[in-house]
Amino acid sequence: MNALKSQQDAEVPQKVKPSAEAKVRTAATASGKERWVKWLKKLYGQRYLQVMALLGVAWMIVFNYIPMYGIIIAFKEFDIILPISQAPWVGLDHFKEFLNDDSLGNVIRNTLGISLIKLVIGFPLPIIFALLLNEIRSVLFKKSIQTISYLPHFLSWVILGGILSTWLADVGIINKILMALNLIDAPITYLAEPQYFWSIVITSDIWKELGWSAIIYLAAISSVSPDLYEAATIDGAGRFQKMWNITLPTIKGTITILFILAVSGLLNSNFDQILVLRNSLNDSASSVIDIYVYQTGIVDGRYSYSTAVGLLKSVFALGLLLGANYVTKKLNNTSLF
Amino acid sequence: MFTLLKRRTPGEAIFELVNGFLMLVICFLTLYPIWYVLVNAFNDGADAMRGGIYWWPRKFSLDSFVTVFRSDGIMTAMGITVAKTVVGTVVHVLFTAMVAYAVSRKELIGRNLYMIIGTITMFFGGGLIPTYLLIRDLGLLDQFLVYIIPVMFSFFDLIIFLSFFREIPVGLEEAAKIDGANDFSIFLRVVIPVSMPVVATIALFHGVYQWNDYFTGMIYINDTDMQPIQTYLYRVVAQSSSNQMIAAMPSGVAVNVTSQSLKLATMVVTTAPIVFVYPFLQKYFVKGFMIGSIKG
Repeated sequence: MNALKSQQDAEVPQKVKPSAEAKVRTAATASGKERWVKWLKKLYGQRYLQVMALLGVAWMIVFNYIPMYGIIIAFKEFDIILPISQAPWVGLDHFKEFLNDDSLGNVIRNTLGISLIKLVIGFPLPIIFALLLNEIRSVLFKKSIQTISYLPHFLSWVILGGILSTWLADVGIINKILMALNLIDAPITYLAEPQYFWSIVITSDIWKELGWSAIIYLAAISSVSPDLYEAATIDGAGRFQKMWNITLPTIKGTITILFILAVSGLLNSNFDQILVLRNSLNDSASSVIDIYVYQTGIVDGRYSYSTAVGLLKSVFALGLLLGANYVTKKLNNTSLF
Repeated sequence: MFTLLKRRTPGEAIFELVNGFLMLVICFLTLYPIWYVLVNAFNDGADAMRGGIYWWPRKFSLDSFVTVFRSDGIMTAMGITVAKTVVGTVVHVLFTAMVAYAVSRKELIGRNLYMIIGTITMFFGGGLIPTYLLIRDLGLLDQFLVYIIPVMFSFFDLIIFLSFFREIPVGLEEAAKIDGANDFSIFLRVVIPVSMPVVATIALFHGVYQWNDYFTGMIYINDTDMQPIQTYLYRVVAQSSSNQMIAAMPSGVAVNVTSQSLKLATMVVTTAPIVFVYPFLQKYFVKGFMIGSIKG
C-alpha cells in the first residue's frame, strides 16, 4: 500500500512536471527576451557614449596592451626580419646573460646610488621648502617666490643640459670662481669626469623640481583650518611647535603617498636627464638601467636582450611598490591602495 | 592675522627675517643660472668666448638672434615644434576628455570593465622595445603623426578629468538632452565649456610635454626636416656637435656669431614661449595638480 502510494506520489509530480516546467520556461524566456530587448534598447540609447568610451579602450589595446604582449620577445630570439610569433623560444637565456654580464654591477650601483641619494636629499627638501614658504606673511612675496620656483620645471632637460654645459665649461662660471678662490689650479671638465657625474645629476634635479614638488604640500597645508593655529597661539605655542604639531600631522598622508611613489620609483632614473648629460667619458658613472636598456636595445639592436632587462626592472619595481605600500600601511595606516 | 602680528616676539622677528632672506637666496639660485645664459646670448658671440660675463652683456649684440631667425634648419625645427604642440595638445585634451566623459556617466554599460582595463595600464607597460616595434609596425616612423597618436590618450589624465566631470550638475546635461542633443554634442557644447579649469591644466601639462620632448624625435624620426627643435638642440648639446650649429648658419652671417652664441640664442628662443605662458595658468594647474594627486 505504502509502496504503491509512494509510487503514485512519485509518478504524479513526474506527470505534472513537464507542463509546469514548460510554463516556467516560457515565462523565463519571455522575461529574458524582454530583459534582452531592454538591454539592447539601453545600449542603443547610449550608442554615442559607447563609441566615445570604446575609442579610448581601442587606443589602450593598441598602445598599451599590444606592447605588453610584445614582452614575450624577452623569452625569444627575436629577429627584426621575422614576426614575433615565428621567433624561436629561448627561455630565460637573455635573463641569464644579463645576470652574468660584467656591466650588471655597475648598472645597479649607478641606478640605486643616484636614486637613493635623490630620495634622501631630494625628498625632504620640498617639504621643508613648503613649510618655510608657508611662514611668509606677505601674500605678494609668497606668490612671487612660488611663481619663480616653478620656472625651472618648465625648462626641458635639453635646455638644462645646455645651461649646465655652459656653466661647467672650461671658461664657465664654476671654473672661474673656483680658480679665483685658488681652490683649483686648472679648469676641470666636469662632465668628462665620472666622479662628478652623480653630484651634477642630483643637484640639477633638485634645482629643477624643488618648487614644483612643493606645490602638492602647499596645497595640503592650505587645507589646514586657521582656527587650529589661532587656538594654538592662544595656548602659547611657538612657530616651530605649530609647524611640528599642526602642519606636519595634516600633511602626513600626502607625504606618505608621495614616499610610496618615490620608493617604487627607485629603479627609475630620470632618463631624459641622464641621456642629455651622459657621454662616453662619464659612462662608468652614468650607465643606469634605463640607459642600458636604451643602449642595448635601440642603439645596438639587441631587442630581445634589452626587453628582458626592462622586464626584470619592471618586476622589481612592482615589488618595491607593493613592499613600500605594505610597510607604510603597517606603520601609519596610510597607503596608496 | 592682525592679532598674530601684534604678538610677535623678538625670536619670531628674527625667524621671519632669516626665513625671508632664505627665500630670496632660493629665488636667486633659481633665476641666476638662467640669467647667466640670457646675458651671454645677448652678448657679442666672439667677445663672449673670453668669458667673465656675469651680470650684464659686455658688448650688446642681437646678431645671434638674427642668425637664429634666418637659419632654415632652426626655423623648420621650430615649425615642427609649434605644429606638434598645437595639434598634439588639442587632440590629447579632446580625446582624453571625451573618453573620460563617457566613463563618467553612471549608466554606461561596461563602465567597470573599461576602468579596469585602464587601471592596469597605470601599473604595467610594454617598455621601450615592444613600443618601438609597435610604432614601426604601424608605419609611424618618420611620420608627423608619431608625435600625436601614441600620446593622444593618458589614463592618468582621464582620472583628473573624471573627478572634475563628476562635479558637473546633472541638470545641465538634462536640459541639452531635452533639446534633442546627442551625447557627443553634449560633451562638446556643454561639458567642455564648463570644464575650462581642468582643460587648461591638462592642456598646459601636455603642451609642456610636447614642447619639451626630444626623445620621440630622436628615436622615431630620421628625416632631419621632421625633427623638433628640442631634438635639434639635443644633437647640439649632448653630442656637442658644433658642426650642426655651424651648418645651421646661413651664408653671409656676421663674423661675431659663434656656434656657442648661436646655441645660447636658440635655447632662449626655444624656452621663451613657455616661460611667458605658465604664470598665467598657475591658478589652474595648482588646482589640477591637487585633484590628480588625491585621486591618483
